[in-house]
Amino acid sequence: MSTSRESDAEIWVRAHADEWQALAADAAAAAHRNQASVDEALQTLRTYRSLLRHLATVRELMPGGVLVNVLERTCGQLHTAVNRPPRLTRASWRRLFCTDIPAAAASVRVLTLSLAALLVASALAGWWLISAFPRLISLIATPQMIAGVEHGHLWTYQMLSLAPPAMLSAGIVENNVVVVLGAFCFGILFGLGAFYIIAFNGLNIGGLLAFTHRHGLGLELLKFTLAHGFVELSVICLAAAAGTALGESVIRPQLASRAESLRRRSAELAPLLLACALLLLGSGLIEGFISPRPAISIPVRLAIGLGYWTFMLLWLSGRLCSAQRMPAAR
Amino acid sequence: MTEETLRVKSLTGVEMTLPIAGPGTRSYAFLTDWMIRLLGALVWLLLAVLLRLAPGIAGRPVAHTVLVAGIILALVTYFLYEPVLEILTKGCTPGLRTAEARIVTLDGMTPGLRALIIRNVFRLIDCLPAFYVVGMITCMLTPRRVRLGDIAAGTVIVRTDAHASGSLDRLVARSRTTRLSVEALALVHELLERWDALEEAARAPLARALLTKLEAAPADPGSEADTAALRARLEALLVDEPRIGR
Repeated sequence: MSTSRESDAEIWVRAHADEWQALAADAAAAAHRNQASVDEALQTLRTYRSLLRHLATVRELMPGGVLVNVLERTCGQLHTAVNRPPRLTRASWRRLFCTDIPAAAASVRVLTLSLAALLVASALAGWWLISAFPRLISLIATPQMIAGVEHGHLWTYQMLSLAPPAMLSAGIVENNVVVVLGAFCFGILFGLGAFYIIAFNGLNIGGLLAFTHRHGLGLELLKFTLAHGFVELSVICLAAAAGTALGESVIRPQLASRAESLRRRSAELAPLLLACALLLLGSGLIEGFISPRPAISIPVRLAIGLGYWTFMLLWLSGRLCSAQRMPAAR
Repeated sequence: MTEETLRVKSLTGVEMTLPIAGPGTRSYAFLTDWMIRLLGALVWLLLAVLLRLAPGIAGRPVAHTVLVAGIILALVTYFLYEPVLEILTKGCTPGLRTAEARIVTLDGMTPGLRALIIRNVFRLIDCLPAFYVVGMITCMLTPRRVRLGDIAAGTVIVRTDAHASGSLDRLVARSRTTRLSVEALALVHELLERWDALEEAARAPLARALLTKLEAAPADPGSEADTAALRARLEALLVDEPRIGR
């Protein structure tokens, strides 16, 4: 019986030699192709299906053999080449910006508001702490910052003399992006990482405001933050909310496993990170080019800050654009 | 130790396995990419410094701008190399290509934009406290040899065989010129394909065992030390020999 089976296999394999050689050539071409015409794509699919059919047959005829291994490797090579996500077209970018990002933002709206409340609460706590125990400012500010404020100079307006605006913006954007991504990633620790980042930032903000207020520079600090602060702080809350949602997906998985639940939630929230990074780029540019210039008046700063914040709210609420134009009724 | 594999189901329902890349392959790919991005960043800095000293620029305010631009470009190259390259190459950066590996989804598919963003964002945790310690530990402890970013993104790094179709092509070509049984041919073919990758101490006994099994006369112990001769004898089996059974 075994001999008969082997001879069947021999006959079958040798009968398909020509076909296999053609399939191998097609597979090699497809695996190295970055773009394909419709005909090429269809040919690749035919090759893939044929190879899989042959793999199934060879597995039956010669189970566990080297031939199975060779065919499986060729199929594996083609499998990844065939199963590619569609190219990002204008429509898919539009869908990402007009539908996916607002949907992700909407899914963490309550968490975002809760974390914003936590930010305000910790800022108030920071204000109280530094007002009641002024010496604690050394935990928040550097000795140079403290000395400057005590002599009536806010450190923020010296920034331009230390570095040109482009360099300043790049540094600010990098720092903010790291904070935002940290708030997102550390949310995976059951949300505690995100809470910590928000509370820490709130304490710092409140403490610095209290300290500058004691030395009559509170308004100056507010003036500095007016143009970029609304969006910057909102984005930090948003990223922390997304991180907390990740933590929640691990604590209370909605799917079969925690890993699967985390994967699903991460995929849903990934567009929000892109939005956060882009918004921070804008606020970094404002913070580098506009905020440190004392000549720019408060109303102008307020207009810029509120204008940018309104843009952010409109975008994240999905009111700025729609994913697709409705087809005309016939 | 058995090879760790990722079982995936094809479009037609036929299952196949993809070999998972271990910490060694991952580290090799990472180090290659790291050297490339470091080199890229240094090239920008060097260009900026040289331009700054060039006649017509040196000593003028524009020299400072050139240096700043160089630093910004170097930082961008260093920090955005992996996310950008992973997205552009669809999960096959130069480092991964060199290590003969690529990023795939748990279905064995090419990962999309979202998965690649998530996998890169989580580098922030994976690289803690230094030198990717968290990522390395996770990679060693998880059955699919993945770091936290991969768990969140649903990706795996698998080893690729860029020469798989070439190997099938050669196997078929050899089947035309030999009268060995298909199974024997496949064994000889596999050994010859892996010949250069195998250590001499490993390939000689394999070749001897195979020759003893396939040839009518046992392999001559006197010539066993010469692996080139063993290879020649194996190749001779594939060239129009009379049919030899198993």
